[in-house]
Amino acid sequence: MALSFMEGNEALARGAIAAGCNFFAGYPITPATTIFNSMLKMLPPKNGICVQGEDEIASMGYCIGASMAGKKALTATSGPGISLYSEQISFAIGSEIPLVIADVQRLGPSTGSATRGADSDIQFLRWGSTSGVPVIVLAPKDALDCYVLAVHAFNFAEEFRCPVFIASNKEIGMTRESFDLDSVKLPPIIERKMFSGDSYLPFEAAQDAAPPFLPIGGKTLVRQTSSTHGPDGYITIDPEVIAQNQERLRKKIHSARSRITLFEEDIKENTDTLIISYGITARSVEDAAKTLEKKGKPVSTLTLKTLWPTPEELLQKKAKLFKRIVVIEMNLGQYINEIKRILCDKKVEFYGQMNGVLITPAKIMEVIENE
Amino acid sequence: MNSFLNRNRPPVYCPGCTHEKITTGLDKALINLGLDADKTVIVTDIGCSGLFDTFFNVHALHGVHGRALTYASGIKLANPELNVIVTMGDGGLGIGGAHVLAACRRNLDLTLIILNNFNFGMTGGQYSATTPTDAIVGSEFLNQAEIPLDICAIAESAGATYIDRCSGLDPALPEKIVKAMEHRGFSIIETLGMCTGRYTKRNKLTPKVIDKIISDLPEKSGIIEKNKRPEYGERYRALSKERTRFFEAVTIEKQIDLKDYKKQEVVILGSAGMRIVTAGDIVCYSGLCAGMNVSMKNDYNITVLRGQSVSEILISPEKIGYPGIESPSVVLALSDEGVQRRNKIFANLKPGTFVLKEKSVDIPQTPADVFEIDFKELKIKKQDWALASLGVMAKNDKAINKEMLGYALKSYFNQKVYEVAMETIEKIFQDKKV
Repeated sequence: MALSFMEGNEALARGAIAAGCNFFAGYPITPATTIFNSMLKMLPPKNGICVQGEDEIASMGYCIGASMAGKKALTATSGPGISLYSEQISFAIGSEIPLVIADVQRLGPSTGSATRGADSDIQFLRWGSTSGVPVIVLAPKDALDCYVLAVHAFNFAEEFRCPVFIASNKEIGMTRESFDLDSVKLPPIIERKMFSGDSYLPFEAAQDAAPPFLPIGGKTLVRQTSSTHGPDGYITIDPEVIAQNQERLRKKIHSARSRITLFEEDIKENTDTLIISYGITARSVEDAAKTLEKKGKPVSTLTLKTLWPTPEELLQKKAKLFKRIVVIEMNLGQYINEIKRILCDKKVEFYGQMNGVLITPAKIMEVIENE
Repeated sequence: MNSFLNRNRPPVYCPGCTHEKITTGLDKALINLGLDADKTVIVTDIGCSGLFDTFFNVHALHGVHGRALTYASGIKLANPELNVIVTMGDGGLGIGGAHVLAACRRNLDLTLIILNNFNFGMTGGQYSATTPTDAIVGSEFLNQAEIPLDICAIAESAGATYIDRCSGLDPALPEKIVKAMEHRGFSIIETLGMCTGRYTKRNKLTPKVIDKIISDLPEKSGIIEKNKRPEYGERYRALSKERTRFFEAVTIEKQIDLKDYKKQEVVILGSAGMRIVTAGDIVCYSGLCAGMNVSMKNDYNITVLRGQSVSEILISPEKIGYPGIESPSVVLALSDEGVQRRNKIFANLKPGTFVLKEKSVDIPQTPADVFEIDFKELKIKKQDWALASLGVMAKNDKAINKEMLGYALKSYFNQKVYEVAMETIEKIFQDKKV
């Protein structure tokens, strides 16, 4: 047996390469820079393109242009960069441009702490764009997840023609750890559906699906626009056409929710407590659960890998069996709002921490034991 | 082709707007160049200049205000065969200034047509980055406190290889666009024009006045000799092609079978320049050689040559969950700065924890087992203290042993550096006091 040893950021970059990513544009920012560094060492030998934008806005613009020319594009940043990406993210959402955006979160608000972790951006990623169209946000808990979720992220981006976020964290991105890279089973690669037919309308699509794609620069002329558009890609003020498109943008993600839902669980018989967490915090939760089991006070755990769209069915199904639901987050309460919304008939407890350090298993045990 | 203009979507400009002339001028240029529609892209942003993409039967991308050059760059990098034209108003020029500068500096083969009509037409004639100080615009007095910029002068200092400035009404415009597009590299044409809906209502700007403005400004009509250089895409691809070696993952074969190995937590407290991260890596490699799971968190200043450097390592036969330190088994105290950074841990260390303290370093009171070492007396240089400490750990069978360390160093370093490192390790093993 041989173990590989790398940071979460490097693992994420390797996952992107495995997914067929052939374009990266980014701007240096701690703690995401090493994704850029890794792509810069991996893309050129594979005839891919890796460039540094003059700022974050430009980096996203390059990715948008490249994606529309048919490339599989990745960019990586942290909270302050997501702020700058925002206008371009809205464009990519509304105009169905496949992209993967790694957000290696750090402690906010604002410039905050460059080298301190936090799950700062969980609501920001969901709502930091205009219009409120659903987005897909995946949350890794370790380097292995960074590798695997990068492939899922590209698959979702291609299938649904949308930006997909990987909500990593400084504590995953910049922590080096071992995992068995060679034996990882990756999901099969999904490519965006290409149009085959006679008259191409760039945004003509089934009611709950993304439109088939043709690249800018191909034989058939393609229009792309950030403006409210009809199937032909020209600006429209027709309320019916607008409403249909808005509805489709929502439906294409919502109707596939169960497929997009990724998670891990450790449901033990005869336990009355379910701890729900995601990201780096899930690892402390799992450690705490092990110790509690040894102490004869077992609890069950649910680790969400898909945060948005909210895995409503999963949460309802899993929570049903438990008396006590505890949510642990590395912030002062962001995703808890979703869980409370969905499990509105349950008492949901919360512990959060936003001080630049990881929540320890000991702290979680204290929360669980001091009922 | 007779015309690239979209018959279904004729220009919709206000009567007398110069944009219409530029539309037909661009069409003539595309015809004269004999371009294929499917190899041509028009990229636009917000404002009246942002309507251009709808008037032409070519590939089109219309995006966010001031960002057209960013999409155009992505498209051109992805598909270098394409002819990429960007139209931008003086509004886009102002808000997207950083992208204009970057495009000039980079010299990617794009053509930027700036439609400067001295104000924001669409939003009500507000002042822009090119509005004259004495103009009367929809921003009350604000423009009177600023000066307009000369984008051609800026482009030249930013390294643009091709700059032209002309009236949007210039009959030679199509020929000028042809020349700009034929240039291999980034080309800018600044056209000056009339916004009849807003600007010329309150300002005397006629074709003659525009000609006068242009003749009063330094002439710009083509290649900038002093900025001549290879096109970015070509240069990028040539440089990128030289990078043939793929960055493979570090993968360490299991070499050693350890019996009854228990989870170890190692904390190395040092300073910048002491190769703490390298030592941390080597501890991890030692674990990996024995088939153990490892994790490492580092803490150092962003000014990497100063301040503390702390490495926290876990080695475990089990999968590692929480990657932080809970109950250290080994603490290497190699500098005061490093100790200060984690001074709280000492009071809570368990008896039996192996603390190795360099003689010159002060540590807080601790119930742990403290061993002092005088690296200076051993004639070990400060930059090798961390490495030498690994020798001390191995000699005392703390977290790692000599076999693990040997394999780790061999995997980590090339043969020459490995031999030098092993000399330091042997020095520790042969010293009777350690």
